[in-house]
Order: sequence, then C-alpha cells, then structure tokens
Amino acid sequence: MHPAYSVILFTTASGAGYGLIFWLSLLGVGGFLPIERWFGFTAFGLAFGLITIGLLSSTFHLGHPERAWRAFSQWRSSWLSREGVAAVIAYVPSGLAAIGWVFYEDFSGIWSIMAVAGAVMAIVTIICTAMIYASLTTIRQWHNPLVVPVYASLGLASGAVLLTLLGSVFGYPVGTLEIITIVALTIALAIKLAYWRRIENEEKSWTIEQATGLKASTTVSQLDAPHTMDNFVLREMGYKVARKHGRKLKSYAVILAFLAPMALLALDIAANNQFSIFLSLLSVLSVTIGVVIERWLFFAQAQHVVTLFYGAKQA
Amino acid sequence: MLGSPNFMTPKIDTSPVIADEIKSTTCYMCACRCGIKVYLKDGTVSYIEGNRDHPVNKGVLCAKGSAGIKQHYSPARLTKPLRRIGERGRGEFEEIEWDEALELAASWLKDIRATAPEKLALFTGRDQSQALTGWWASQFGTPNFSAHGGFCSVNMAAAGLYTFGGSFWEFGEPDWVHTKYFMLFGVAEDHASNPLKTNLGKLKKRGVKFVSINPVKTGYSAIADEWVGLRPGTDGLFVASLIHELFKADKIDLEYLIRYTNAPWLVIQDEGAADDGLIARDRDGTPLCFDQTTKSLRDATSVDVAPAAVGEFTLDDGRTAVPSFQLMAGRFLNDGYDPETVAKTCGIKADVIKRIAAELAHCAFEEEVVLDVAWTDWAGRKHDKMIGRPISMHAMRGISAHSNGFHTCRLLHVLQIILGSIDCPGGFRYKPPFPKPIPPNLKPAGKMGDVKPDTPLPGSPLGFTKGPEDLLVDGDGTPLRIDKAYSWDAPLAAHGLMHMVITNAANKDPYAIDLLFMYMANMSWNSSMNVPGIIEALTRKEDSGDYTIPKIIYSDAYFSEMVPYADLILPDTTYLERWDCISLLDRPISEPDAVADSIRQPVVAPDRDVRPFQDVMLDLGARIGLPGMTNDDGTARYPGGYSDYIVNHERQPGIGPLGGWRGKDGDQVLRGAPNPDQLDKYIENGCFWFHELDDNQKYFKHANKNYLDWAFEKGLSDRKDQIIFELYSETLQRFRLAARGHGCIVAPPQHRARIETYFDPLPFWHVPFEEDMVASDEFSLHALSQRPMAMYHSWGSQNAWLRQIHTANRLYMSAERGRQLGIDDDDWVWIKSHHGRVKAQVRLMDNVNIDTVWTWNAIGKRSGAWNLDKNAPEAKQGFLLNHIISELLPEKPGGYRFSNSDPITGQAAWYDLRVSVTKAEPHDNPRSLPEFDATTPPDGVAALRKSTVKETP
Amino acid sequence: MTSLPTQPTKKKLGLVIDLDICVGCHACAVSCKEWNTQGYSAPLSDENPYGEDPHGAWLNRIHTYEADIEGERSTVHFPRSCLHCEQPACVTVCPTGASYKREEDGIVLVNPDTCIGCKLCSWACPYGAREYDSSHGVMKKCTLCVDRIYNENLEEVDRVPACVRACPTGARAFGDLGDENSEVSKLVADRNGYGLFEEFGYKPVNQYLPPRPRRNSIVEGAPAALEPTQASKAQTKSERLFQWADRVLSR
Repeated sequence: MHPAYSVILFTTASGAGYGLIFWLSLLGVGGFLPIERWFGFTAFGLAFGLITIGLLSSTFHLGHPERAWRAFSQWRSSWLSREGVAAVIAYVPSGLAAIGWVFYEDFSGIWSIMAVAGAVMAIVTIICTAMIYASLTTIRQWHNPLVVPVYASLGLASGAVLLTLLGSVFGYPVGTLEIITIVALTIALAIKLAYWRRIENEEKSWTIEQATGLKASTTVSQLDAPHTMDNFVLREMGYKVARKHGRKLKSYAVILAFLAPMALLALDIAANNQFSIFLSLLSVLSVTIGVVIERWLFFAQAQHVVTLFYGAKQA
Repeated sequence: MLGSPNFMTPKIDTSPVIADEIKSTTCYMCACRCGIKVYLKDGTVSYIEGNRDHPVNKGVLCAKGSAGIKQHYSPARLTKPLRRIGERGRGEFEEIEWDEALELAASWLKDIRATAPEKLALFTGRDQSQALTGWWASQFGTPNFSAHGGFCSVNMAAAGLYTFGGSFWEFGEPDWVHTKYFMLFGVAEDHASNPLKTNLGKLKKRGVKFVSINPVKTGYSAIADEWVGLRPGTDGLFVASLIHELFKADKIDLEYLIRYTNAPWLVIQDEGAADDGLIARDRDGTPLCFDQTTKSLRDATSVDVAPAAVGEFTLDDGRTAVPSFQLMAGRFLNDGYDPETVAKTCGIKADVIKRIAAELAHCAFEEEVVLDVAWTDWAGRKHDKMIGRPISMHAMRGISAHSNGFHTCRLLHVLQIILGSIDCPGGFRYKPPFPKPIPPNLKPAGKMGDVKPDTPLPGSPLGFTKGPEDLLVDGDGTPLRIDKAYSWDAPLAAHGLMHMVITNAANKDPYAIDLLFMYMANMSWNSSMNVPGIIEALTRKEDSGDYTIPKIIYSDAYFSEMVPYADLILPDTTYLERWDCISLLDRPISEPDAVADSIRQPVVAPDRDVRPFQDVMLDLGARIGLPGMTNDDGTARYPGGYSDYIVNHERQPGIGPLGGWRGKDGDQVLRGAPNPDQLDKYIENGCFWFHELDDNQKYFKHANKNYLDWAFEKGLSDRKDQIIFELYSETLQRFRLAARGHGCIVAPPQHRARIETYFDPLPFWHVPFEEDMVASDEFSLHALSQRPMAMYHSWGSQNAWLRQIHTANRLYMSAERGRQLGIDDDDWVWIKSHHGRVKAQVRLMDNVNIDTVWTWNAIGKRSGAWNLDKNAPEAKQGFLLNHIISELLPEKPGGYRFSNSDPITGQAAWYDLRVSVTKAEPHDNPRSLPEFDATTPPDGVAALRKSTVKETP
Repeated sequence: MTSLPTQPTKKKLGLVIDLDICVGCHACAVSCKEWNTQGYSAPLSDENPYGEDPHGAWLNRIHTYEADIEGERSTVHFPRSCLHCEQPACVTVCPTGASYKREEDGIVLVNPDTCIGCKLCSWACPYGAREYDSSHGVMKKCTLCVDRIYNENLEEVDRVPACVRACPTGARAFGDLGDENSEVSKLVADRNGYGLFEEFGYKPVNQYLPPRPRRNSIVEGAPAALEPTQASKAQTKSERLFQWADRVLSR
C-alpha cells in the first residue's frame, strides 16, 4: 500500500494525542499528577493539538476536504465514519475534563467522570482508527487481530513518552511515569514484534489463480498489464518495499520507537532523574521518528490482493 | 435519520441528451474502414460509436476507433503550411500562407513536368485515395508513383491475383457462416480488424475449429483451438507439406481442378527451347489439353472436353507436353516436403502436420456444405445446388513480409484450390469487384517513350506485368522507375517499392530525382528499414552544397518524425474534417454477398489553417494544368475540391469513384451518369452504399454466368469469361525464359540466376534471403514486430488514450531461451543484426516460438516528435527494430546489392530479420538505444499542446 | 447509501465476460473511457497525457495472462471492471454514503457530489474496480453505463453498456443475472461461469466464462494422419502419377 504522509502523520499524531489524554485523565484522576493549571493547559493543549493536527492532516489526502463533514454520517457500517464520530465525541468529555483541570484546578467529582469518559473515548477512537485498517479483508497484513493492539499500545506508549517529557519540563518527579512508559513501550514492542512475526510467517491467503479464477494449476503469470505505466490501482495499492530495505527500516523502527526510549528513560531512572528533561526529550524525538517509520512500514509492507491481478503470485 | 437505507439515494438522470447532432462517416484509425457515428455536442466531437447498419463493422468498434476523438483533438496536429528555413532535420520552419505554399509547389512541379516528369517521385503511405493519387501521377506523366503496398502486403495481393484473381481482406474472406475449419496465418491487427474479430467470436461460438499458425500466441492466436507456433519464414514449407500429404493420399478435388484451373493445360517440355515450360497453345493462342474422349489435343477452355490430368502427349509439332497437374503432382509428391523432413525446419512436430492434413481432408471431403440455391455456370449449365468444401483461410503480413512471401502465399492458395474451396459455400469467398482476370488486365505505364514532358502517361503507373515485355526497363535492363519496380529486381511489383525510394534517390540509382512528394508516410522513422541510413539519405548533400534529393514536399496531418526532413509541409486535416471515398476503383468495402463502397464526410470544420490533401492535389493539378484537372479554358475542372471530383469524375463513361445512386435520378447501380445529389444519398444512408447480389450470384463467381455477365455489364470486370485459376504460372515462366536468354528482352547477367531460381511457375519454399546470407549461428534468432490491437503505426502511439495502454515496448522472448542466454525478465539487452544493434528491455513469455523474439511495432518514438514530451517513455524505453533491418541485402560477388525484398514482387522482407540477443552490461544506462537528437515541434504545433491540453503536474 | 439494500435486489444487472473469445483488443476499455468521460462519470481525467508519465482514470482494464488450462499453456485476455457485488465492501466502508447500491437494479454507484475522495473504497475492493480521479477529487467506477441502459434518447438496441456495444468479438454480454431465465444467466449456467474471488463473500454479480479447453486434438471423424494411396508409394514418378491417369473428368 502506498504510504501517504498525511495518513502517517494522522495516525501517529492523533495516536500520541489520545495516548496522552488517556494517561493524563487516568493518572490525573488517580492522583498521580498534580492538577496544576499550566501543566494541564500545556498537556491538554498538546494532546488536543496533536489530535487536531492529525485529524486535519487526514483530510489533506481527501479529494474534497471541504466535504469531510459528510464522513460523520455512515457510522452504522463504516469504521472511517465511526472514527470521525468517535474523534469528535472524544473532544467533549476530555474538553470538559480539561476545563476542570485548567480553570478550576479540579479533577474530581464530575470532572473525574468526564476524564474517565475521555480516556475511554481516546481508546475507542484509536481502536476505530485501527479498525479502518483491520476491517479490510483485502489486505492480509492489516486484516489481523494484532492491528488494534498495535495501534492502541503504540498510541498509549507514545502518549506516555510525551507525558514523561511534560512532567519533567514542569519539574515533577517522573520516576513513576518513566516506569509506566517503559512498561507501555515494552508491551507495545512485544505486540509489534508479534505482529511482524505473524505477517512474515503466516501463510499467504490468496493466489493469482484464485484472483483470476484460472484455478487449474498454480501457473498463472501475467504477460502484460493493462497499461505500460503504473495506473491508479498500482500507484495506490501496488507499492512495494524491497525486502532488504524493509528489514533495515524495521530495525530502525525497533530501535527508535522502542529500545532507544526505553534505554534513555532507564538511564534517567538510573541517574536518579538528573537528566529527565534532556533524556525524555530525546525519547520523544526517538519515538516520533520510530513510530513514523513503523507506520510507514505498516503501509509499505501491506500487500493488497489486487496486486494479484497485476502479476503477484500470492498475497 | 443518519444511515437509514433510503435517505440520500440520489436521483440521477438516466436519460441525458447526449448529442446535439449525430453524423455518420467512416473511421480512419486504421485501414479497416468501419462505419462510425460521431456525436457532436456544443460544436465538439463528444463520442464515436460503430454504425450498426454498416457492412464492415456492423456496429462494433475497436479501441483505435473509440480513441479517434483523441486523434482528432491531438496536439500533434499541424496547424499551417510550413517552409523549411534551417538545415533539413533540424525542424526549423516558417509558417506561410496556403497560396504561397501552393504556388511554390506548383512552380517546382511545373518545371519538372516541362523537362523530365520522372524526376517527380510521388509516394503515399496509408493512403485510401490511391485512385486519385495514381491518376494524378499518370496525368502528371511520372511513372514514379506508388502507395505503401510494397512495404505492406503486396506478396499477398500479387500472389492471389496471379493465382486465382483474388486475395484476402478487401479481395475476399472466409465464408464465416458455413465454414467448418479455419486456418489463420500470421495475422496481427488492422487488416480486417473488426470483421476478423467479430467472425472469430462467431466461429468459436459455433464450435468451428480454428487453427492459428503464428510464431507468437497473442491476440487472435490466443483464442485459437490449436496454435502452431512455427519458426518465422517457414509457413510455406508447412503448407507445402500439407499439400504433399493431400497429394499422397489423393485427397484432392480433381474435378474442381479440371473444371476451374489450368491443371489440365499442357505445358511444353522442350529443354532449351524459347517456349519450354510455356502452355501449349493453338494458333489463336488458345491453351490446349488432351481430351480423353476424343484422344486428341483440344481447346482446354471448351466445355465438352474431358481433359487428362496426367500423361505425356505429343504436340502437332512433335514435341512433348504434359498437363500442368502432372508437374504439380511431381513437385508435391517430392519427399522434400514430407512432414518428417520439414518438421525440424518448421520447428513443429511432424505429427501435427499429418493430423492437420487429415483434418483438412476430412472437413473438405466428408463434411460438404450444400446450399439449396440453383446457379448457372459459365457454360450455361444449370446446377440445382451449391456444394462447397468448408475449409477457409486467412493470411496477411506475417507470411507476406518475407523474401519467400510470394511463393508462400501461392502455396497457400494452391492448398485452398486443391481442396476445392475457392468461392464455394464454407470456403473462401470473393468480394466484388473480385475475381479479376489472372492477372488483371492493367499493365504498368512508364515504358521507354511513355514518359514525355508535359504529357500524361498512357496508363496507370501501377499494374500487372505478364512477361518481360511489360517491364519498365531500358535497353540495358536498367530500371525506369526510381524504386526499381517492374524491373528485373521486382518484375511483378504490383504496388511499387516505397521502402526503396529514398535510398535509391539518394544513391541516384538508377537516376537522380528532383522532387520527392510524400503523403502520410513516416519514412524517416517506422515506415522505413534502416532508419539511420534513411535519415542520412534525406540529408545527404552534393559537393555543391545542395541536397542530393533537392526538394521534398510532405503532407500529413501530424508532426511526425518525417516532418523535419521536408522542405515544404502541406498540413492535412484529420479524418473527421474531410471528404473521402472508399472507392471500387481503389480498395472498396464490398462483402462477398454485396458490392459496396463508402465515403467520409466532414463532420466538423478544421479549426486550423489546414486543407485536405486530396483538395490540395486537385488544386495543384489545376495550377500546373494537368489535363484531367483543368477545363479547356484553363480553369479548374473540380473547383469544389475532392467532393466535386468524387461526384463528377468519370474514369470511363458512367463509371466514377462511387458506385451508388448513379444516373441523373440516382437510380443506377455502378454505371450511370454523375448524380449531383449522390453525396447526399450516401449521407442519408449512413455514408455507405451496399448492393446485395442475387442469391444465384453469390458463389462460384469465377465461373458463375449470372455474376460474370452482371460484373461485365456494370464495369466491374472487362470480360465475361470464366476465370481459370493459374496453379501453374505461365507468367513466371516467361520471365524465367528471358533469364535463359530467350526473347528480345533478356535479363541482365547479374539477374539471371536469381530469376531462374525464383521464377518457378510452380510454388515452392526457399530459405529467406537474410537467413541464407548471414551466419545463422551468430544470428540465431528471428526478430519480428507485430502491431498491437489497440494501436496502428506511429499515428496511434501519440494518442492520449492509446498511449496509456502501450507507452513503451519490450522485447519478448521465450522464457526457456532466456534461461539459456542468462537473460531475466526486465533485463536490458542488445539486439544485434548484421546491420546494427538496438538496446531494449526484455519480457519473458512462454507462448512464443523458441527461436523467435518479437516486439510491438512503432511504439518507439523519436524524442520530441508528435509533440510528446522529450522524455516520453516512447523515446526513452521504446525502440524500433527498423533500425537494424537493412533495406539492402549484403553485397553478393559481382557487387550488385539487391533490396531486402521478395525477388518477385519487391515486397519488403521485414520479417526475415535475424538477430542475436545478449545481456547489456548492468551498469549500462537503463534506456533504449540508439538515441536520436530530439526534434522540436514548430511553434504553431507547440502552442497547440499548451492551449488544448490541460496537464496536471 | 452506505447501508446496503435490506433485501437482496431482485434485479441484478451485470456483465458476463467470455474469456474463451476475448482477444484482448482493448475495445471495451477505450469505449468505456470514451463514453464515461462525457457521461455520468465525466470527466475521466488523464494526467500528463502527452508527458513523461501518462496515466488516467479508466473504469475497465484488460490484463493478459499465460496459464495452464487442461494441460495447454494458454494466453488469456482478461477484462476487469466493477463486478457490482451483492454485498459490496466498497459501499459499506464508505464514510459519507456517496457509495451506494441501487435497490432497483443492483448497480453500485458513487455520488460524485458527496464523495470526499478518501479512497477507502478502493482499498476495500479486492478487484481494483475503484478509480480515483485526481483532477476531479472523487472516486469513479463502472456505472454499467446507467446513463445508457435506460436512456430514452438511444435506440432500444443501444441501451447496453458502451463496452458491450463496442466489443468486436461478442465476448461481453449484459443482462439481469437475478433472473435465471435471462440470456446471461443461461450463458453462465451452460458454461460454468464464475465470479472472481468468491471467497471474499461479496457475491460479485458479473460473471466470467472460463476458456474452453483447446481442441488441438483431432477433429471428430478425422484420422490422425492420411493413408497414402498405393500408387503414391511406388518407386518411379510415372507409377506414382498413374493413380490419376484413368480419371475421366469433364469440364
């Protein structure tokens, strides 16, 4: 699948934003964070900013962004529509919770209910995003039970990294946050590795013989494509990443999105949080690049069954 | 509300008005001539569909036809007359007005006509108005005229016309309705494009066996029941072997041969004599046979003879003669044509040949088709049924474009004839005006003394020779035509040798010319062999600094690769902007059941300063005072242009370009006075005319009294006699005798051995010249090009839609051969011939003869030509095999270089090409080579692309 | 409408494509392009039509494959366009409802006024039948020429999709596959027609007729080889010719 930068930006930014909301809400309600105006302002601001940028950027690849509002209508059947609806709904409890935090420096009572609802909606929205991909039976690498956990765990992990940075900038003790983050990253890494193992090792689902219905034997090969140059179908769905290149990028993703931030934060713990700001900033940068690579690979490694019509033997 | 099923289902207009006006005309996206309906909306062409009523396509339309809209609005269209200002080839032109352009052309033409008319060479490419252009050349007085047939399929046409008075495509076609076995030889697109597709579909649905003989299994071959993937150039050997099998088993229709062919005619056997091998004739020239009833020599054409098919007979002068059948039987019983012997050469299994021969015999003799239609034969005998042998065939360029093509085509016709399957139910069927006498009674004009200043030729420049006396050569045997047609190089040229014109003119061989005038022929690119050599010839200069070919006029609608090499450009219209006639005088659209012709009408007016080529020719003719085109007072005879000519021109009294609605009241068929309303009648009828024959005229036209009498009366034929097929070609033997030194016109020494060998009166197979002359171990592969169905020549590959289908071409080769040569899919390779090399990218496939590589024709473009981007894939990845095909054969001892053509007709031997293929170095630039300098379109054309084409970045 | 008709549509208009006689001429594809660039889907844009990288929106495309069929290496031309599935995923994934399946005839359409051009439908479709028109910003697809098949401005005989109207070999048929007595349904039954990728469960309406086994074996009744006549086996040429010597045939 063609890795469109707008979609990569959308899923990574909004994923991190919802992750941040999730942790802010739960840790705030649980009393693990100081309910201070400027911290809340910055943290919620960053989260809403990331979500909003993500949602806006998701409209960049639309042919008609001005009609994007129409996408809220088909929540009964369309995960993309559900995602849009969830994203909008998610603003409400989180926005109210943020008001409590920022204007009243209060995160209890009704505000806490809002916060919990916001955290739930954040997860729901990430799941909806993931389900856009996971629901597509046409792409084996996406139609996979690990896609939702991957999106959710990565959203939460990247949100946690952000929260760690914010906490350290505001001079809060971030040791617990760092441990939470390392745990979140570890879980996300485990899921992602499981995902990779699965898509690389599972049997391919479809063959060119099935696609064409010429099922006599396993010997169908394409002699000529309909057009000499790539057409829309191939430009959109025929993107292929070279195996070697893919392996290299995968290792970058593993290091940058997971191992490096885990190590950096562990180092900070080991150093008694002396370098929290610096190391958590590095973690954020590392995770950002790593998740973008991971998301790029998520598209580039996904093979659409339509490629079978264009000569791929299996998909 | 949201998501409820019926909410928001939009109302759509399912009955939109789609046209303000619909006009019918004839397609010109290839040579098939389908009827089309052109939808016009807001003054522009909005849709083109096939005309359901039209006899050619019956409503269907191919990819090219539907893309005509993009051809019509192409940014490659020329916009105004141009005069060259820079050096030839650089494409530097100034725009001039039509009047200036025509005056300039007229002044050049006038000078030539007044001094030496042969110094004008007028050659047209994809021309469908040869009846006009040939007549124009004749009126001018130059013998140097032809259209593109010589580099297309003249072997097919000539072999047919010299054997049974017909051929395929425009001349005839299978009896699609009744045939039970169909063989297709070497056919790619465009020759009968849609009819062939439609009827193949019907054959398949009817369960008729369809055998395709073709080195490549694509297109039509893909749907064949049986694919015979033989080695290129061996079709003739395959067919000869089938004939061998049939002779050996006596599965031949001897009755048919006796009745309809010259099989029983006696051939003089007198070695060394001046008439050895000619037909024994009586004093009146009537051929003789041996009548078994009276045991005497008798007129072989008389009705009541029972001629002997074999035996040795003594002529009145005491010499021996044998029926030609006996010679033929001797030829084909020869073990040299045994399936076991030929199989390896053909690259197929002997069993396949044997089985196909058996199938042919079975279908021909056990599955006769009987129609309950009474008919009368040439002798007036009534038959109450039409009985046919349902074997049919079609062939075209694949077998024709070899140096053994003429004999291969003849072999094919012999096969049809011995099976008794010509113009019978289920067999081959003629399309009127065919059959014609064998050969047609039209001799080429342009002999010594025919060409005189300011004087028309006494006849047509193209025709059919019957012996050395008809050749256009001088006393030494030197050719009188610039292309050497009808010389000892190509005695039965029939369509001329367009592929030799530029080379010969630049070499002044046989003489220098002053003006080369070409129409619609991309001769500096895909229509020529040896493109680099042709470009050199077009730009060659004398010591004086003048060009060796001093003046070149070119007319085309588009900025083709040829445009930069001309001195004066006369821009033509698109096919939707002009009148045309698809005439019975030329290449009509008749069907076996009917005589038919058609027109093109302008459906839109040109939006550029361009004029139809035919109008321009008539205008030039009037300006220089050509007799047929001027009145006695010097004014133009056809001031209304081509449409005026179409209606009012008469070739003979009552016979003009169109056969329909003739006579003052429009009620005459074929023969009648000009009718001023004729074109309106055509337009009313969908731009065609279709006159169905009576049922009793529809078969056996070569021997059908009702048909022959009618055709004579209507001027389709110049005699009523039975047309007797020439299995044994006396014409060829006449040339052979001249090569033996007999007669007053003898072949020059360097030609004698060649004529002796190839002018065999009976068809035979020989190794193609290039295969014979170049080291076959070095150049072990055959290289072919075939036309993609969605495209036709370079004209189609600039079409915005068609070029999305084929944007560049690959070299296809067998996967097995690829493995042997270490070549993988997508590798870049050098394709090398004895003449040069090109670089191309490979695609491996399974269904191709292992000794064959091939590519799609004419997709490769010169950078910048046709107003495409200079980096267009056509120029960077596309390639032509033309560059490595030499137009001349390697030099023989003695120094004479024959053209790379069939020795009989001069047909360009495109498919004789032999190559080696080697992997290009991996570090090589991944693009096709050779690279030619980019050309730049003239300003007017360049502006057209900017103004008419919205391109998104 | 994104939600599918609640009941399967009674009428199932669709195409039947005969792989046995398709010669891969692209006539259907170009005719489709030509009709639809002026019809319901207008315009079907082309990008860089005369440039370095020409490509555009096409609703019908022709592939060529080599495949083993009954032991024979065959060349198969394979037209591919929207199959107008009974359960089209492209419709249910559409977030705006621009994609819908018509209740009256089962045609799957895109409303160009409400499509946002998100391309998700093209991802959901296993057949590559959805086409993004970049200059129009919306998805395009085969409409079964909905503006032809009911068009009262056309003669009745012409009320078929442009591809069917153009196809020179007659490899395309159009009709109601929901009516088991229709010509197209009978064709499918007779020839073992199949839908593509039935495994996805989208129930494609369009059907493909598989290539018939090639009959490169003998024509029924014909021997494997001809038996030479006795005479033709003779030693000398004149003996071989003798078989025709006593044949008395008149003209």
